[in-house]
Amino acid sequence: MSRTHVTCTINGDEVEFLAFDGQTLLDALRDEVQLIGVKEGCSTGDCGACSVILDDMLTCSCLVFAPEVEGRSLTTVEGLAEGDQLHPLQQSFLEGAALQCGICTPGFLVAAKSLLDKNPDPTEEEVRYAVAGNLCRCTGYDKIVRSILSAAADIRETM
Amino acid sequence: MTTTQPEYKWVGTRPVRHDGLDKVTGRARYGADLALPGMLVGVVVRSPHPHANIVSIDTSRAELIDGVKAIVVGADFPVIGHDDSADAGEGVVDYRDLSRNVIARDKVLYEGHPVAAIAATSSTAARMAAEAIEIQYETLPYVLTVDEAMAENAPILHDDLITKGVSTSMGETNIASRELHEGGDLDAGFAQADVVVEREFTTKAVHQGYIEPHAVVADTGEDGRSVVWCSSQGHFLVRTQTAKVLGWEPSQIKVIPAEIGGGFGGKTTIYLEPLAVMLSAKAGRPVKLVMSRDEVFRASGPTSATRIRVKIGADKDGKITAAQAWLAYTAGAFKGSPVGPGCDCILTPYVIENFLIEGYDVVTNTAKVTAYRAPGAPMAAFASETVLDEIADELGIDPIDLRLRNAVKEGARAVYGPKFRRVGFIETLEAIKDHPHYKTPLGPNQGRGIASGFWFNGGLESSATVNINEDGTAVVVTGSPDIGGSRAAMAQMAAEELGIDVYRIRPVVADTESVGFTDVTGGSRVTFATGMAVVEACRKVVGLLSERAAKVWGVDQSEVEWVDGQAQHVLGAHSPLTIEEIADGAADTGGPVTASAAVNARGVGMAFSTQLCDVEVDTETGAVKILRYTTAQDAGRAIHPSYVEGQMQGGVAQGIGWALNEEYIYNNDGVMENPGFLDYRIPVASDLPMIDTVIVEVPNPNHPYGVRGVGEVGIVPPMAAVANAISDATGKRITDLPMSPTRIVKALMDNED
Ligand code: FES
Ligand code: FES
Repeated sequence: MSRTHVTCTINGDEVEFLAFDGQTLLDALRDEVQLIGVKEGCSTGDCGACSVILDDMLTCSCLVFAPEVEGRSLTTVEGLAEGDQLHPLQQSFLEGAALQCGICTPGFLVAAKSLLDKNPDPTEEEVRYAVAGNLCRCTGYDKIVRSILSAAADIRETM
Repeated sequence: MTTTQPEYKWVGTRPVRHDGLDKVTGRARYGADLALPGMLVGVVVRSPHPHANIVSIDTSRAELIDGVKAIVVGADFPVIGHDDSADAGEGVVDYRDLSRNVIARDKVLYEGHPVAAIAATSSTAARMAAEAIEIQYETLPYVLTVDEAMAENAPILHDDLITKGVSTSMGETNIASRELHEGGDLDAGFAQADVVVEREFTTKAVHQGYIEPHAVVADTGEDGRSVVWCSSQGHFLVRTQTAKVLGWEPSQIKVIPAEIGGGFGGKTTIYLEPLAVMLSAKAGRPVKLVMSRDEVFRASGPTSATRIRVKIGADKDGKITAAQAWLAYTAGAFKGSPVGPGCDCILTPYVIENFLIEGYDVVTNTAKVTAYRAPGAPMAAFASETVLDEIADELGIDPIDLRLRNAVKEGARAVYGPKFRRVGFIETLEAIKDHPHYKTPLGPNQGRGIASGFWFNGGLESSATVNINEDGTAVVVTGSPDIGGSRAAMAQMAAEELGIDVYRIRPVVADTESVGFTDVTGGSRVTFATGMAVVEACRKVVGLLSERAAKVWGVDQSEVEWVDGQAQHVLGAHSPLTIEEIADGAADTGGPVTASAAVNARGVGMAFSTQLCDVEVDTETGAVKILRYTTAQDAGRAIHPSYVEGQMQGGVAQGIGWALNEEYIYNNDGVMENPGFLDYRIPVASDLPMIDTVIVEVPNPNHPYGVRGVGEVGIVPPMAAVANAISDATGKRITDLPMSPTRIVKALMDNED
């Protein structure tokens, strides 16, 4: 089976891997790069568990073929914390009990970061629409939305 | 929400959960996250037909494909009899049926039914092999609904099925059992009524919808032992059931619990595990199997589709004089729908003297149903709580007052038999009545609905071990998979007992060889039952710590008191010894400090919930928007209020999905048409408002901290609450779920005729 050599930047580091024919970015991240924080809930772009930020765009990694990220830059949940410093979103999710089973959490954190990078002061409605591509079956979204709003406030305060 | 109980230091507070960090950083390992050296990947070959005889299976071509290491079919598994059955904590399991659900033998009973499984070095090779397996089917007529399955001359699924409780003749029916609750004099009761409302309801099959698909890795050794890593709601259950299906002893299998990405009842059974173990045994290498979302929908879960009739009579003061209910639930391919609990729960919130409840468990050519949050109760409450609302309407009585007039309290007898101990139903009704939401003005096309619900909650078996580390911290080991924050609750109760900081406690979920037997995380039982085991183990540990202090001081143990994490001499004759000091010197006083406890928990605290929903109906499109939602639930005591609120909110959200969108749709070939989240639409963030919670705390006297279960009852009222709100907004009673835009528009058009 032929494999394609891919070089890209993941969470700030240059990474090289070999992708199988037809391998999705989701599978490559999990199987070749061992970034298991990227989750698979559907593999059809409907649940958002596999969310990554690809060149500033929130993207379902299950809908991208791995070779497509050649030369590009991406952020996964593993890239949110800086050293031993959690991202304010991670902190507010913990304090706000925004996760129950936690399988959707990486996707929500990435989607929320993508929102706050562009809109540091979103309304509740803007938050709800920004994460409408991410499914959570446990929480009813209440605590997730509150935690994103409170992280946004924290980030604004420290800026 | 009500205020935290002042007498506790940790119980009732909101610490950051101990497993939280791993889950916000992506480190947590779920079912699909394990990779072992030399691991093979597998696929399951599934039936394309809803009902067919398997004429032949030829795997010879598939075996020749490069990279294919093992193939298994039904004949590779032992034949297991019906008499081999056991209570699994969420209902009785018939191992013969379970084994045939795991893999078909001579007949497939639903589209998606496993027929073969393959392990190969790559998923491409496995998929090629799946294509190359030649299976000849002889298709049979099929039934998808209770109506079709109960019809005369219906195609029969099982030639050995009898209707338990009715008839012993085999192979003539799709009705597996009949439930019956009867009391008083039905005719006399209805004769006393000033108003009688009777309606018929249908609900569709819906899926638990956990975001993590089923996944397993099995590594079977040459010694006939297997290590199984999987996410489930009970790894001891996985061990027992997998062993049964394989014809092994449970002790031949060790199950290591992965983090679980949601279950809601759907992971209280096995699907892939025996296939993975058998493939691994054949190939001599570890094997991983992961379901696709499509497979999750077609072959796991869902809960029953139902047809329910309810007739209730009440006098002009709103007192219920008689009630009658008829319930039929699909079980899927094998008997065991939750119609029993449906019958038990349908009228249970109310004191009713004259009643007749009958239920039917009906097999159909659809995936075998699995427990889903308060199994059987939500659809029953949809029917009964809607009829009650109509009675309140007709009598001009406030719907909360109508419920208050009939509500059960301590000493009342439930329609299914037992007498209630102290319960908090009335308190949930009052909490909603007093809530500002109840008085918020409504606009045009808006409506308000209320509904209540009951769930038993579970007890069952749990084990716990508490180890004191040499630095004075504690490890709390249980066998209960943590599905929504239960580790935090265990740590909080342990902190309270040991008198140490909650963050000096490490709660862990151990594998089947590292902790005593523990039943599933289900039935809302973990904080109650496993919590009891933890508290008991902690109390033993406190006894040991006190004993060690007595030894150091050379006094009798009766002179030692345990206060705030330290041993104190009752007369102050010695300066206190902290847990750190005792732990540090444990070698000299008798060795490590550790204790275990096991319970088969009795004294379950039953749960009630009352919910209030405001909707706005778009009369053009039929779309229903949830404007406001408030839920009040008796938790007994909330150990970690945030996660109690989370359970309440999560149950409501699932109920709203069930009410408005979710349904299994089958085409004319008996094939599910919407096996993905695009077409099977669960609520997303923009569909919902904030969900306000009122935690009512009427302590359960049988638990050291008053805990009742909180996980399930929250999903019981929502469909009725939404339906009642829609009726308030439009004047139309919708009796079929889901209340989709098309259905609403149709109902509104009927209005105009
Ligand atoms: S796995 Fe990519 S959206 Fe669900
Ligand atoms: S926390 Fe379980 S799916 Fe979101």
